[in-house]
Amino acid sequence: MNFQLNEEQVMFVDMVRKFCQKEIAPIAGKSDSEHLFPSETLKKLAELGLMGVSIPEEYGGSGGDYFTYILLIEELAKVCASTAVIVSVHTGLGCMSILHFGTEEQKQKYLAPLAAGEKLGAYALTEPNAGSDAASLQLSAVDKGDHFVLNGSKIWITNASQADVFITFVRSEAGSKGAQGVTCLIVERDTPGLTISKPVEKMGLNASHTCELFFDHVVVPKENVLGEVGQGFKVAMQLLDGGRIAIGAQGLGIAEGAFEYAAGYIKERQQFGKSIAANQGIQWMVADMATEIDAAKLLVYRAASLKTEGQPHGKEASMAKRYATDTAMRVTTDCVQLLGGYGYSKEYPVERYMRDAKITQIYEGTNQIQRLVIARHLLR
Amino acid sequence: MKIAVLIKQTFDTEAKIVVKEGKVDPSGVNVIINPYDEFAIEEALRIKEKVGGEVVVFSAGSDKVTESLRKALAMGADRAVRVELDGVAVDEGVVAEALAKALGEGNFDLVLTGWLAIDDRSAQVGVRVAEILNLSQINMVTQLELADGKLTGSREIEGGMEVVEVPLPALITAQRGLNEPRYPSMKGIMQAKKKELKVVNASDLNISAQPKVEVKDVFLPKAKEAGKIYKDDMAAAVSALVKALREEAKVI
Repeated sequence: MNFQLNEEQVMFVDMVRKFCQKEIAPIAGKSDSEHLFPSETLKKLAELGLMGVSIPEEYGGSGGDYFTYILLIEELAKVCASTAVIVSVHTGLGCMSILHFGTEEQKQKYLAPLAAGEKLGAYALTEPNAGSDAASLQLSAVDKGDHFVLNGSKIWITNASQADVFITFVRSEAGSKGAQGVTCLIVERDTPGLTISKPVEKMGLNASHTCELFFDHVVVPKENVLGEVGQGFKVAMQLLDGGRIAIGAQGLGIAEGAFEYAAGYIKERQQFGKSIAANQGIQWMVADMATEIDAAKLLVYRAASLKTEGQPHGKEASMAKRYATDTAMRVTTDCVQLLGGYGYSKEYPVERYMRDAKITQIYEGTNQIQRLVIARHLLR
Repeated sequence: MKIAVLIKQTFDTEAKIVVKEGKVDPSGVNVIINPYDEFAIEEALRIKEKVGGEVVVFSAGSDKVTESLRKALAMGADRAVRVELDGVAVDEGVVAEALAKALGEGNFDLVLTGWLAIDDRSAQVGVRVAEILNLSQINMVTQLELADGKLTGSREIEGGMEVVEVPLPALITAQRGLNEPRYPSMKGIMQAKKKELKVVNASDLNISAQPKVEVKDVFLPKAKEAGKIYKDDMAAAVSALVKALREEAKVI
């Protein structure tokens, strides 16, 4: 077993880290407090080939593997969890679904500009009444021969305020239930009848805009069916595990970013005539946090490595997502504690990490759902 | 345009330096491309992007240096040459001759390098290479223009700027302000390992120079002590202060 990154991965992480420190870290606080979508950052990421890291070069990407993509998400999340989820939804869900299920025409038309970062992707699965039970989705698509007509809505759609392309899941067989009768469609932003709400006010992740989508007689041509009619849920399932590893990596990065800040702070902060890091109670907190972060990292890297090698990874992805995001919540909460009143203040970055951490336990399958998945793997 | 860039691997500016047995302990210290050499790489790439040609990076050192050469390749250099110094006693003069000989038959129109390395700060190698190869040179350049086969370099001098024109071939040493080095792109990183990285043994280069400089000792600066306040009556305090300045600080 080798726990070292290879030479190329080290160089990649080094490059991304420098980029994050210089280009993202200085604006992350402001992007959060003013809810600014980081369009300029995304442009710079695109120039470096980081909007399509794991997409082959022939489709506008950089030709890297899935593991490299996970390293990117982790590094981004260390400085800005919003940027991490924007890139993750765009690449891991938007680009990857077209890569796996798209026709050659769809790849040329949609994937190439997405992977090059000229366009932004979003993924529309969740509905007001279909969250954890995604297969109960109801957005109706009526077959009109060479096109579908869509009516209904989607909710919690990351990137929706800026996305050009929406991977949209619809019920194409009226009266069908569950995964049966679900079709996946590529929907362009400027399609008549598609309305995008203002970003929803959230607790954190403020630079990432999450909106509702309303479909009122939206016409989508049949050539935009991703995969086969009625087989759309396969697309969702195929991407599910990969998406979970990415959110695990996001949680891992959030925990690492907050920890790094707090570890520096406690060495500087003087109380009772010594640095607070000299207190054993503080040292135990630090030791526990570092150990849990390391454990989370190993779980995330193992799942990512299995997926990269084409091995089964469903259980491992859920374990990584569950553990890394719970770790993010615990570690960021403790980091706020270590900074005391300053930690609770918006003058210091750790409260942002704590607010951002919360969502990672919820989206891409709540951690309760992850436990169900893990148990199903164990008990089948 | 054939452009060579000479780079040196140095300790990260943020590294915590530990001295062990008269040497800087390299274990656990992050290494980087000397920042001034990064300006040189960036300038070479910009010139190549404008007028076409080839950028070749050179560095003298052990296998460890490969990492920095690969990074230069990832930034966009076309190929790299490492001069293996194993078993050769070196000082700046020897390294300069080794690099000059390695550049030798390359017919480079332009050689770029940083004006000094941030580790030993001796600022010797660039100028020595220019002298050995009889190249015209402009040092500590903050702005560089190429037109009609001539280079115009601007450099800061006491109280102003000096603008110097030289014919090609020439050697330019880079100063901070010349440019903002790029990040290696993802594709650049992927291509880096496919690019040629040649190793030349210093022992095959017929180096005639012998080291003339010997490092006698390396030590960390003394930890800063708390300031001393003389607060007796004025006359006694002044007298004690003058005595300390003369005998302890030895500044008067």
